[in-house]
Amino acid sequence: MLTSCVQREPPADVTVINGTEPESLDPHIVTGIPEMRLTKALFDGLVKLDPREARPIPALAERWDISPDGRVYTFHLRTNAVWSTGEPITTADVVWSWFRALNPATAGDYAGQLFYIKGAEDWYNGKAKDPSQVGIQALDDHTLRVELNAPLAFFPDLCAFPTLAVVPRAVIEKHGDRWLHAQPLPTSGAFTLGAWRVNDKVRLLRNPRYWDDADTASEIIDVLPTGSPNTSLNLYETGVADVVWDKDLVPAELIDVLKQRPDFHTFDYLGTYFYRFNVTRPPYHDARVRLAFAMVTDKSRITTKLTKGGEKPATHFVPDGVANYEAPHGPSFDLEQARRLLAEAGYPGGKGFPRTTYTFASGSAGGARMHGKIAVELQQMWREALGVEVELRQIERKIFYSSQSRLEYDISASSWIGDYNDANTFLDLFTSFSGNNRTGWKHARYDELIRQANLETDLTKRAGLFREAELILITGEAPIVPLYFYAGFSYYHPERVGGIWPNILDEHPLQYIHRKRPKSEARSPKKIRDVNSGLSFRLKAQSDSCGRIWLPTDFGFRISFGSRHAEFGFNSFELDADTFH
Amino acid sequence: MYFLRRLATLVPLLLVISFLAFVLVRVAPGGPFDRERQPASPEIKRALEAKFHLDEPLWKQYLRYLGGLVRGDFGPSLKYRNHSVADLIKQGLPVSMLLGMMAFGFAMGVGIPVGYFTAVRRGHWEDYSGSFFAILMVCIPGFVIAPLLIMFFAIQWRLLPVALWGSPLHAVLPVAALGLYFSGRIARLMREGMLNTMQAEFITAARAKGLGENALMLKHAFRIAVLPVVSYSGPLLADLLVGSFVIETIFQIPGLGVFMVNGSLNRDYTLVVGLVVLYATLLVVLNLIVDFAYTLLDPRVRYD
Repeated sequence: MLTSCVQREPPADVTVINGTEPESLDPHIVTGIPEMRLTKALFDGLVKLDPREARPIPALAERWDISPDGRVYTFHLRTNAVWSTGEPITTADVVWSWFRALNPATAGDYAGQLFYIKGAEDWYNGKAKDPSQVGIQALDDHTLRVELNAPLAFFPDLCAFPTLAVVPRAVIEKHGDRWLHAQPLPTSGAFTLGAWRVNDKVRLLRNPRYWDDADTASEIIDVLPTGSPNTSLNLYETGVADVVWDKDLVPAELIDVLKQRPDFHTFDYLGTYFYRFNVTRPPYHDARVRLAFAMVTDKSRITTKLTKGGEKPATHFVPDGVANYEAPHGPSFDLEQARRLLAEAGYPGGKGFPRTTYTFASGSAGGARMHGKIAVELQQMWREALGVEVELRQIERKIFYSSQSRLEYDISASSWIGDYNDANTFLDLFTSFSGNNRTGWKHARYDELIRQANLETDLTKRAGLFREAELILITGEAPIVPLYFYAGFSYYHPERVGGIWPNILDEHPLQYIHRKRPKSEARSPKKIRDVNSGLSFRLKAQSDSCGRIWLPTDFGFRISFGSRHAEFGFNSFELDADTFH
Repeated sequence: MYFLRRLATLVPLLLVISFLAFVLVRVAPGGPFDRERQPASPEIKRALEAKFHLDEPLWKQYLRYLGGLVRGDFGPSLKYRNHSVADLIKQGLPVSMLLGMMAFGFAMGVGIPVGYFTAVRRGHWEDYSGSFFAILMVCIPGFVIAPLLIMFFAIQWRLLPVALWGSPLHAVLPVAALGLYFSGRIARLMREGMLNTMQAEFITAARAKGLGENALMLKHAFRIAVLPVVSYSGPLLADLLVGSFVIETIFQIPGLGVFMVNGSLNRDYTLVVGLVVLYATLLVVLNLIVDFAYTLLDPRVRYD
């Protein structure tokens, strides 16, 4: 509130607009990408992702050994890792944290990320009662032995995932679900939580006790929750925010204009937009019908006419650029073949084709509005090419997901963002036992291929198995039709903000982000005219949330008199906004 | 006595309202944990529902909720998992209330004088321009006014901040954007009230007695003419105090308005029911205050 500015808040070094208000800052509970960006700044895992390529690098563990069969990982924790409150971080913290994530009472959506560990799923389901049956074992204070169900090429990536982060036991046991409000809050990451005001901001303060504090580039980072693309752009344009980095925060109407700007960045992103068929309902129980639809879906029409943000048309499901994998080519646009397949299925020229619907979720945010536009375009493609009339149905988000899960749809808009940089995060979706399959499609050979691939330690052979599986998915059976691969978007001025590198996971650890020049330069100068002297002050200052105007350290203001001007330097000092009125 | 009786009806009223809200929000299809990505196993989803007792029969959930409510506990938010509903209200309500009070003051401060003068100067240019302003404000919704204000005052002329909440300057645009619509409505109510009152017999009588026109209008006509505005101000204030979704979204203000809408969209059951209870309480109490104000303004109104 206006009067809540009792104690003065210094301005942040960098202000980032991050997407909507975080649902939680508990790494074991969060599910969204904006939340994960924040929890990664607060709580380290054994491994983290490097800021450039987003590949796993040592974090709390300084190194790890892998047994020859790839099933046993021995992590060696660094001895200089401490909580922000000073206590050492030991294997006991890691073991407690992982068992907490595996506790049904914690109720994290992502607990399944730990099910790759031997005995973990049984433990979660209450089938195993003895913690020693779970493959998490502290050998001493700094050595941790982890036994997996199968060799897992991406286990180090997984160790960097928030669900496997290390959280403070004492505070959580004392405060329960509200533990993030505890004072002081011990953190294991590069920052501590300075303030968290709902729908206002999250303030991160540098944690000087962090083992890698030398790489922390900013003292204070403010993270603003903003759901509106227009408000985000306004805040950025007026210099309040330095970075906007969520693909849903780009106003879709302005993308043509924004794309031309040097501070607008777009890059390949590990996500796929596609549509699913409900294969339990006719006519889509027939693979020929699904393939016919796939073959007349002109993907480039969607990326050039609608999305326009640098998204790439997708002929396959696993995005290009994923580690250790190259996807096969799916069916290309083929009108003749599509019509033939539809005729074979009993609907020549679309005659007698039942009325079906294409469902998509409603939404007003930048990205969500695209669902409707894509639906209209698809409807037209199918009508033109196959003579088939598909109705469109827009439903509210939660109803959409629940009806998708219950297979109450014919064709449904869908998307998937990879959790880690590996083909498995996409392909295991359509195994018959995955809760995210939601097509009703079950294919024994597909399941077997995915299972074999995840037992395979040879990366080339593994990729081959995945490729065979993906071929079944996109050209053989086509329970889904990929449309395009996502592009990531962000805006920031490369001359003003450093420490952000584009990568396929859209992974930009806050630890490395910093301002290159004082914030005042980014702000449009406020002109104040002194009537008596005719001097015109161009004050290059910044104001904090209390309306006080700050002149940042080693920066001053410029007095111009006609065409001449003089610059005055100051050490950081503060003026009340009232002085100017 | 009358007011005490009215106050006593608040309890059963809130029981009914909270029960309806509790049931209706759960009847809506889709649940708080239906997301794009489902948990890796059905056991995980079951654990989520068990944590928030969503697996229990409805009556048991409701009794559990009532038990909490008696102790002032609105329960945990299902979406904002580190906050209780009380936390969210505690953080959002003061902001929304402050914004709402200022917008209310703005709407009254603009609407009443405009309505008064357009009525007194009926048929003159003041009437036409004032009525035009009032109609214009009623016709343009907040989501048009707010971006226009931002475009001119914040982007073009750089006089005021584009969004966020903190300094008094941050409040100017949202207060104006929120208040302008209501100032139009109040101006129209006030004008109607004045025109009706000016034709009343007691005004003619007072004029015949030789009272000056200004004293007549301000002292006698105004008191009666403002009554429609007063009765409108109760629900208006309740509406404004719990925040505006549109204005809070556009200006990124940490108030309650966004929770009301997003809470329903997210099926955040506890949050929605908590806000409904809060809103209902405000509405009942404010209406009571309005009725009380009637006895002060209009000598013809008496409650026993």
